[in-house]
Amino acid sequence: MQTHKQLAGAKPAARFGTVVVAALFGLTSCGGGQSSPPASAHFPVTITQSNGATVTVTHQPRHIVSLSPTGTEMLFAIGAGSQVIAVDDQSNYPASAPKTKLSGFQPNIEAIAAYQPDLVVASDDVGGIVRGMQALSIPILIEPAAKTLDDSYVQLKQLGTATGHPAGADGVVARMRSDIDSFVRSVSKPARQLRVYHELDNTYYSVTSATFIGQVYKLLGLSNIADAASAAAPDYPQLSAEYIVAANPDLIVLADTKCCQQDLNSVAARPGWAVIKAVRSGQVVGVDDDIASRWGPRVIDFMKAVAPHVQQLEKAA
Amino acid sequence: MLGVKRRASPLLLSGLPSLPWIWGAAGLLAVVASAGIGVLVGPVHISPGAVLQALVGGAVDPGQANILWALRFPRVVLGLLVGGMLAVAGAAYQGVFRNPLADPYLLGAAAGANLGATLAISVAPGTSVIGVNVVPLAAFAGAAAAVAGAYVLGRTVTGLRSNTGLILAGVAIAAFFNSIQQFVQQSQTSSIREVYSWILGRLVTAGWDGVFLVLPYVVLSAGVIFLHRRLLDALMIGEDETTSLGISVQRVRLIVVVAATLGTAAVVAVGGTIAFVGIIVPHTVRLLVGRSYRVVVPLSLLFGAAFLVLADTVARTIVAPGEVPIGVITAFVGAPFFIVVMRSSRAAAL
Repeated sequence: MQTHKQLAGAKPAARFGTVVVAALFGLTSCGGGQSSPPASAHFPVTITQSNGATVTVTHQPRHIVSLSPTGTEMLFAIGAGSQVIAVDDQSNYPASAPKTKLSGFQPNIEAIAAYQPDLVVASDDVGGIVRGMQALSIPILIEPAAKTLDDSYVQLKQLGTATGHPAGADGVVARMRSDIDSFVRSVSKPARQLRVYHELDNTYYSVTSATFIGQVYKLLGLSNIADAASAAAPDYPQLSAEYIVAANPDLIVLADTKCCQQDLNSVAARPGWAVIKAVRSGQVVGVDDDIASRWGPRVIDFMKAVAPHVQQLEKAA
Repeated sequence: MLGVKRRASPLLLSGLPSLPWIWGAAGLLAVVASAGIGVLVGPVHISPGAVLQALVGGAVDPGQANILWALRFPRVVLGLLVGGMLAVAGAAYQGVFRNPLADPYLLGAAAGANLGATLAISVAPGTSVIGVNVVPLAAFAGAAAAVAGAYVLGRTVTGLRSNTGLILAGVAIAAFFNSIQQFVQQSQTSSIREVYSWILGRLVTAGWDGVFLVLPYVVLSAGVIFLHRRLLDALMIGEDETTSLGISVQRVRLIVVVAATLGTAAVVAVGGTIAFVGIIVPHTVRLLVGRSYRVVVPLSLLFGAAFLVLADTVARTIVAPGEVPIGVITAFVGAPFFIVVMRSSRAAAL
């Protein structure tokens, strides 16, 4: 287990001790049941990340930089949006997010530091960003691609703790849980299991049940045709066109409407695809590529787009 | 010198052996056998009987007929065309540049095609021009532009007197185009997966459209190279000697390079930049049969076609129902095979 402590703003050595004491005090006082503390009273906080690393945030961040589109969506959803001063070039939701030219794929540590952030949120430790931020004593949270809804809830709560919005995060998680429950209840288990093909691009890359979006299909009671190709890649295999046609999915979900401009017509025009059940019955759903590839609160919007088609298919079955 | 203007001495060219009929037959057999394996094997099991029925137009289960005619047959035919073209273009490049490491991508064709495709995928996704998807058109234009650029650059710098100047111009153009391609790819992360699978090769989605798109180019390009096979033999003996026979080295080089580039650009446009075929197939032919271009050109066409169809069969069955990019297979299967051939033949043949 690797451990690194990041102490924002702890410049002189003399303050180091105070911060640690404060951190200990903060941790004990959390369970103390103080009456309605202001948001800043939660700090300092220490967060243990999924890789075992711990991150300490000494005071409520006011200058957050997010390099993860999902992280950005989560921060705004939990009510920390006003503390966010810069987001990366792929963070296009919500529209009010302060989009910059910062990149989460090729992070430029100097450019990030120029915003003088007191918290950085990223999805991957690429380009030495964690070490770079540590060297600058800027706390950084890595919130990697979730594999399950529970992963996503944990990340929301971590961000809530780190930004001083634990109640906001709990609220979002509770809302997601109840919305997802109602979607799941709205589809009954059909007698014949319906098959789904989820398309990431027009060279037939797909997702298995081992991914976040694959979990959602599982919740909706669908059988995922990409699971047979787990040997090719456990999460995102490329499928043979022959296999897709032979598997004859009842539902096709296109998550390549933006990247590759795919829709029912372009799918029906592919050689050999016109005979597929989903194409014949028009059950080809285009979804926003971004919503389908992120693991934030907008998974609800994804379910809203897909669930009615599952209901229609069940009625027809 | 006055007497010999345009014709190469028949005496000189008859010094090299022509294509032994047994090897010609072996090449044809390889094409038929690989195509047979290609249509019989696939991620969806279809009995050999049904495949034969479908081929002769007999009654087959409509689902199986759909898979065979819409997906499997065009992919095999496209594999034959792409493999044959890349191998013959590789042989041609090695001939005109008298460089064993030359391949169809030497003058920047792959870098240009990749840049064109990346731009089309990121800037104008899903658009078509007169019914043809813009990605292969952009790839074709990019490949042609890169090679033309290398040719003009090489000419202004060295006056085309030396091969090295032209090759270095190609290297410079390729590096330049690659850097732009990577910049565009990096700044358009939403389309990165599509760009990536394009670069690794995509016989996956082309279908009969792809076949009809490349067929005229392959016929024209391979035809021109085939007609120049004796002149390529003449080039082998050296530039000064060839010139003294009255052959315009620069003209032969230009015609063959243009033909090979057009064919390469066309197959790369539909198949992606599949690596290695243009190097190993001609060299394997040289090692096994002989170095005369009357042998190397036709046999590269046949064995290149067979090789790519077999590689693609592996690509679409080894992790079925998933796929492995074909560019990965050509190098993974091709490199060890090539080492074995090299070890068991005389290195002198190179």
